[in-house]
Amino acid sequence: MKITVRVWRQPNSQADGRMVSYEVDQVSEDMSFLEMLDVLNERLTHEGQDPIAFDSDCREGICGMCGVVINGEAHGPVQTTTCQLHMRSFKDGDEIDIEPWRAEGFPILKDLIVDRSAFDRIIQAGGYITAPTGAAPDAHAAPVPKNAADKAFDAATCIGCGACVAACPNGSAMLFTAAKITHLGLLPQGQPERDSRVLGMVAQHDEEGFGGCTNIGECAAVCPKEIPLETISRLNRDLLGALVRGDSN
Amino acid sequence: MALKALMAVTGLFMVLFLILHVYGVLQAFGGREVYNAYATHLHQFGVPILHYNWFLWIIGVVLLIAVLGHIYAAAHLTVRDWRARTGAGRRYQTNKGRRGNQRSYASFTLRIGGVYLGLYVIFHLLNLTAGTIHPGGATPDPYQLLLNNFKVWWVVLIYTLGMIAVGFHLRHGVWSALTTLGAHTGLKARRRLNILAYILSFGIAIGFLLVPWAIVVGVIH
Repeated sequence: MKITVRVWRQPNSQADGRMVSYEVDQVSEDMSFLEMLDVLNERLTHEGQDPIAFDSDCREGICGMCGVVINGEAHGPVQTTTCQLHMRSFKDGDEIDIEPWRAEGFPILKDLIVDRSAFDRIIQAGGYITAPTGAAPDAHAAPVPKNAADKAFDAATCIGCGACVAACPNGSAMLFTAAKITHLGLLPQGQPERDSRVLGMVAQHDEEGFGGCTNIGECAAVCPKEIPLETISRLNRDLLGALVRGDSN
Repeated sequence: MALKALMAVTGLFMVLFLILHVYGVLQAFGGREVYNAYATHLHQFGVPILHYNWFLWIIGVVLLIAVLGHIYAAAHLTVRDWRARTGAGRRYQTNKGRRGNQRSYASFTLRIGGVYLGLYVIFHLLNLTAGTIHPGGATPDPYQLLLNNFKVWWVVLIYTLGMIAVGFHLRHGVWSALTTLGAHTGLKARRRLNILAYILSFGIAIGFLLVPWAIVVGVIH
């Protein structure tokens, strides 16, 4: 199939960007979206043009590196990562708009690449957990209810791709932050620092310039790991509790 | 950090007031005596522990604090959110997918609807509380004031639009406030919160609208 892509081209973080159209020939429907971009980049390189810069790493949907806004939707029309989106989701002759995540907390570095270090700093602000090191503990020394284990695991599948921020009408990273809060907050290992963690992470979230949550749910609708919206309400519960109790750390 | 909680608590407090208010307004179906007796009792509520009119003044002051808190939080959060999404205007270049995946009309219009509601409340206070604007003719009789007021077509129109705005604002607002306070614990809770939001938004908007429209069609006369 033959498609046209309109891509956001921006040479560096300071320069102005614009949408540029490219035609891509001989696209197989079995190609992933990133392979289609690889084919286009190969051609651009041969023609002596600057290839389109985009992030990718594992290309199997588990690392969270790739991520672009395709036709106005974070990660495109299928609820998965961009690398797991295939060209069969598009039709011959389609015009596809590709843009970087757009948020104050995610400055654009080049073309489709944004700097997501803000997420690392949010995780850092959560601090440590007091898990004892040394010999492996007995398997059942710290019992975890099945339900809590399941929910904690669901939250822990967050790969930090940033789609929640890109989709949120307020540019909020609450779904990401809430996933990190939830997966430790539900486990016994996460209890001692539960208050300081939520206070630290939310303060850093706001510091990074992300917006507030208005419970619209766009984030959960595009999340490739299907982190449920209720994790945000859990974060709110933890946050209000911590604010009432006061920061002990 | 607590701005969203302030938003939620002040909003829910105003919803409680609206529930009491709609109960009062519906007294109009009881006829002139019932309605006027209710109005008189509001002024005397709490006497002799409170003095005459004190009850209404206390409610008024508390509501004013709630409204100001709500507006203060909304303004701060809105400015922050607009900055976070890189400007209030167009965010992505594409013309596709602009309505998102699941945002509802009510959530879309929450902010602008709040501004409309503010204007509506000012009109409503000048119209039926202070009595500065009395299109149908002034009268000391509360029931007669109601009748006079809703004989005027554009007053009915303003109240109808105002109540539609209330309905939409509460549909997303109630759900969002309770979620912000941590009540959204799972799928079941989500369904319950949404049902509650629908009941409150429809109940309050329709409850208020019954009276002006009953006057228009002549049920209340």
